Amino acid sequence: MAAEAPTIRRTPLYDKHAELGAKMVTFAGYEMPIQYEGIVAEHRAVRGYAGLFDLSHMGEFFLKGRGAGATLDRLVSSDIAGLAVGQARYGLLTNDRGTIVDDVIVYRISEAEYMVVVNAANIAKDRAHVLAHLGEDVAFDDRSYGTALVAIQGPRAVEILASLSDADVRALPSFGVTQARVARARATVARTGYTGEDGFEIFVTNAEAAKVWDALLAAGRAPGVKPIGLGARDTLRLEARFSLYGNDIDETTDPIEAGLGWTCKLDKDFSGRDVIAAKKAEGPKRRLAGLVVQGGVARHGHEVTQSGEVVGHVTSGTYGPTVEKNIALAYVPTPLSKLGTVLAVRIRGKDVPATVVKTPFYSRVTR
Amino acid sequence: MSTVPDDLKYSKEHEWVRADGDLVTIGITHFAQEQLGDVVFVELPEKGATVRQFSSLGVVESVKAASDIYAPISGEVVERNVKVIEKPELVNSAPYGDGWMIRVRLADKGELAQLLSPDDYRSHIGETAGAGGD
Repeated sequence: MAAEAPTIRRTPLYDKHAELGAKMVTFAGYEMPIQYEGIVAEHRAVRGYAGLFDLSHMGEFFLKGRGAGATLDRLVSSDIAGLAVGQARYGLLTNDRGTIVDDVIVYRISEAEYMVVVNAANIAKDRAHVLAHLGEDVAFDDRSYGTALVAIQGPRAVEILASLSDADVRALPSFGVTQARVARARATVARTGYTGEDGFEIFVTNAEAAKVWDALLAAGRAPGVKPIGLGARDTLRLEARFSLYGNDIDETTDPIEAGLGWTCKLDKDFSGRDVIAAKKAEGPKRRLAGLVVQGGVARHGHEVTQSGEVVGHVTSGTYGPTVEKNIALAYVPTPLSKLGTVLAVRIRGKDVPATVVKTPFYSRVTR
Repeated sequence: MSTVPDDLKYSKEHEWVRADGDLVTIGITHFAQEQLGDVVFVELPEKGATVRQFSSLGVVESVKAASDIYAPISGEVVERNVKVIEKPELVNSAPYGDGWMIRVRLADKGELAQLLSPDDYRSHIGETAGAGGD
């Protein structure tokens, strides 16, 4: 296994971000755009029409062979054995302790080939984890550094992509995946995302990334597509209550307390299944609850209090531009996770009132 | 709108001061709001509170992060901008106008001399001296 280079990487779209005037930050070892025009404007573009994301930092593993499905079914919490060709599913890589190694999407590309998309910060760790648990008749290929990922998300994404693709992307169901040409580039196109909107993720080789990016920006000009940075990606995903690995979930959290029990198919065998099943049966001691904070913005690491006593901590917090509220996720003792419970978040030494609310904070109206 | 108006004084921490006798108005600069991004929350001291030069007087939070606002001068708060607490985006849209923060009765006029002139502030933020206008 190759050692991870300590250098800061650039995606094949780095020059595009520079041309578009993006503010860049280092994230998971990559120089990534945090924002272009501004987080709120970008957030609203995705909710209102469409936004374009460079997610080339994400990792892509390919597992091929007759044993690929069985290997993934043992490694991932969700029902991978039941995945049809052309379908994708969200799930968790779990360990024997029943905690979360990563959250991933598994795509069944063909009869005997699967793609696993992992978080950029976890590529090396996940690769080691998967390789250590590889079953028979399966070949593993980490193409993370050669694969670019461009996402187009928002209500107008489908028409923009349809104008550039030879595949009938309108007919692709949610969590469907297909091989297609996009702006003449060979691509794997999936109707998946991390924004709470309809949208697509388009996987191409690094060499084709700029062509696809430019074509989507140009085709989206009329509906007003905007490039979207990691800042808005975070506000979008938090409104939709998607977990962020390293913030809301990690190897100290289990799927049940994180509210991800629905991703665990407990009637199959997978790493940590018994621990997770026991946890579910006895009920978690704490839960990841949604909070609306009344004055001030809660941030990762802030303490949650009740009557001045620290009872938990915030894992994610921001201002939600669509819900127009300060929203947060926090681990709190199960009895305090009941909807309507009034707690507080300690912001700069002051206990600011926060109410436990139903999540997601935002759901799109589906037709 | 100039990004560094000529009739104001500035602090290195990117606050501005408009002096009117011994009453001064304080806000954060165009450069500061641009660095912060979309401002979503402003916390200001109550009327009657005392602020000390170069100590924190309040907080502005953008979507990304919280930043302290430092008092460019010392004195007693005679008014705080209720409008900017209700509509924090005024900090972005009108940093020198409706996005002002507090009015303070100067404790020591001499402190004004420790602040930067528009030209000094321009070079502090890397703008060419004298380049007004937008």
